[in-house]
Amino acid sequence: MRKNKRKKVTLFMDIKKNKAAYLMLVPAALYTFVFGYCTIPYMIIAFQKFNIKKGILHSKWVGLKNFEFFFKSQDAALIIRNTIKLNLLFLFFTMIVAVILATMINEIHSRYFKKIAQSTYLLPYFLSWIIVNYILYGIIGSKYGLLNYIISFFGGTKINFYNEPKYWTIILVVLKVWKELGMNMVIYLATITGFDEELYDAAAVSGATRLQMCTKITIPMLIPTIAMLSIISIGRVFYGDFGMIYALVGDNGVLYHATDVIDTYVFRTLRMIGDPSKAMAISFFQAVMGFLCVWGSNYIARKKIEEGGLF
Amino acid sequence: MKRKLTWGKVLIYFCLTITALICVLPLLLVFIVSFTPESEIVRNGYSFFPKELSIEAYKMLFENGIEVIQCYLNSVFITGIGTILAVIITAMASYALANPFVKYRNQIAMYFFITMIFNGGMVPWYMICKKVGFSENYLALLIPNLIFSPFNLFLVRNYMSTIPMSLMESAKLDGANDLQVAFKIYFPLSKPILSTIGLFYGIAYWNDWWNSIMLVSEPRYYTIQYYLMKLKSELSFMRNLQSSGMVGSGFIPTESLQMATAIITIGPIILLYPFLQRYIVKGLIIGGVKG
Repeated sequence: MRKNKRKKVTLFMDIKKNKAAYLMLVPAALYTFVFGYCTIPYMIIAFQKFNIKKGILHSKWVGLKNFEFFFKSQDAALIIRNTIKLNLLFLFFTMIVAVILATMINEIHSRYFKKIAQSTYLLPYFLSWIIVNYILYGIIGSKYGLLNYIISFFGGTKINFYNEPKYWTIILVVLKVWKELGMNMVIYLATITGFDEELYDAAAVSGATRLQMCTKITIPMLIPTIAMLSIISIGRVFYGDFGMIYALVGDNGVLYHATDVIDTYVFRTLRMIGDPSKAMAISFFQAVMGFLCVWGSNYIARKKIEEGGLF
Repeated sequence: MKRKLTWGKVLIYFCLTITALICVLPLLLVFIVSFTPESEIVRNGYSFFPKELSIEAYKMLFENGIEVIQCYLNSVFITGIGTILAVIITAMASYALANPFVKYRNQIAMYFFITMIFNGGMVPWYMICKKVGFSENYLALLIPNLIFSPFNLFLVRNYMSTIPMSLMESAKLDGANDLQVAFKIYFPLSKPILSTIGLFYGIAYWNDWWNSIMLVSEPRYYTIQYYLMKLKSELSFMRNLQSSGMVGSGFIPTESLQMATAIITIGPIILLYPFLQRYIVKGLIIGGVKG
C-alpha cells in the first residue's frame, strides 16, 4: 500500500530538494558536457570537407570520401597494425614481468628490502615520457650514448639507432615495461596480500616447496586480476599511446615504419597537414573500433569471470 | 624458527636487485652527466664515472636561462592552482554521487561514465578548445584535459560511500546543509583518497605537454616539459643541418646543460617521492582497482 502512495521523484524535484548537492556537481558536469558530449556532434565533419568559415552545419558533404582516402592509402594498414601490435606486446610483457616480480617479492621476508625494492620499481612511473626520452638519448644516442660507447669499447661499430627502425619495436616495448612494471606489480602484490594464509599453511603441512606454492597457488589465484587488467588493456587496443610515441620519436619520419600509430597519424593529419576532416575520419574509425572493443571485452569478462565486468 | 637462506632465495634477491638497479641507474646516469664537464662528455661519451665533476651546466642554466626559468615557473604555477581546483571539483562531485539523498545519483554517474568510453577524440576536442577560447593563454594549460577526470571521481565516490550514513543524517538533523556536511565532515574524513587523487592530478599537471603542443605557440606559455621537448627536436634539427653542411648559427646547448634541465624538471617529483608512492599505493588498494 505504501508503495502506491510514494510519488515518482522527478529530476526537477530531486534538484529542488538537494539544491546544494546538485550545485556541487555543476563544475564537473559542465566540464564533461563541454569536453565530452559536445565533441560528439563534431564527429560529422568526418563526412564533410570541413571549412572553418562555414562551420559544421554548412560545410560541403563528401560522403565517405575521407574514409576512402584513408583506407586506400598504404598508411592505413601500417598504422592499424602498429597500434595493435605494440599494444599487445606492451600488455604481454608488462604482465609477465610484473607477475614474476610480485611473486618474487612475496617470497621475501625482509620488510626493509621489500620496501626499497617496491619504491625503486615505481620510480619510472612518475617520469614523463619527455624525461624518458632524455634518458633514452643518454643510453642509445649515436654520438655520446652509453650503449654505443660500450659497443665501440668492445670493438664494434656504433649504431645510429635513430636511423634504424628495426630496433624500435624492442626499444618501445622495453621502455614501456620499464615505466609501467612498478604500478602493475603493486596491483598484483596487493592481490597476493589478500590471499588466505591458510592455503599456504596447508600446502606447507603437505610438504609443498615454496616453488610449488608459487606455481600451484599464487599464480593460479592471480589469474582473475591478470584477466581483468588484460581486459582493460584490450578494450584500449585501438588507442596508441600518443604521449609515449610522440615524445620518443617526434617527427623523425625514418622511424615511422616501426613506430607510427593511429594517434600520432591523426595528430599529424590535424596539426601538420591541417586537414580536420581527414583526421576526424581516422579518429571516427578508431572511436567506433575502440567502443566495440571495450564493449566486447567487458561482455567476455562478465561471462567468464566472477565479478569480472567493469560495468 | 630461523629462516634458511636457500639458493632459491639468493636467486630471488639477485633478480630483484638487478631489476631495482635497472629502474634507478638510467636516472642516475642523467644525474651524473649533468655534473660532468662538457669536454669529458665529448671525449668519453656518457659515463657513470666521470674523472671530475663540475656545476658549470647548472650555472649556465641559471645565468642564461631566462626562458627555462619562465617555463619552470609556468609549470609550478599551473600545477599548484590546477591540482587544488581539480581536487575540489572532483571531491564536490563525488560527494553528490555518494549522497544517498540524491535519488538520481546513479543516472548522474552514468552521465560521467559514458564519456569515458565514447567521445569524439582529439579533433573535436581541439576545435572546441579553440572555440571556447582555451588557446594562447594560461587557461589553455589549466583547464582542458586535466582539471577533471571521471576515473578519479569514481575512486573518491567509492571511498565516500563507505562513510556511515548516520553521520550525514545526524548533521542534517542539526540543520547542516549539504555544503557544510561535505566540507566539514566528508572531505576531512576522505583525506587519504583526496591525497591520492591530488597526487595523481599533480603529476598529470607537472608532466603535461599535450595542452602546450596543441593549444599554445608563444614561448612564454610553454610548460617546462614542452620546453624540454622543443629543445630536443630543435637540437636534432640543427644537427641534421650541420651534418648536411649547412651550419646552423643558433646557440646549441651543451649535453650537460640538457641533462641539467632534465634534472631540475624531475626535481619536484623526486622530492615528493616518499609521499607519492605511499599515497598512490594506498589509494590503489583502498579504491580498488575497479575504480
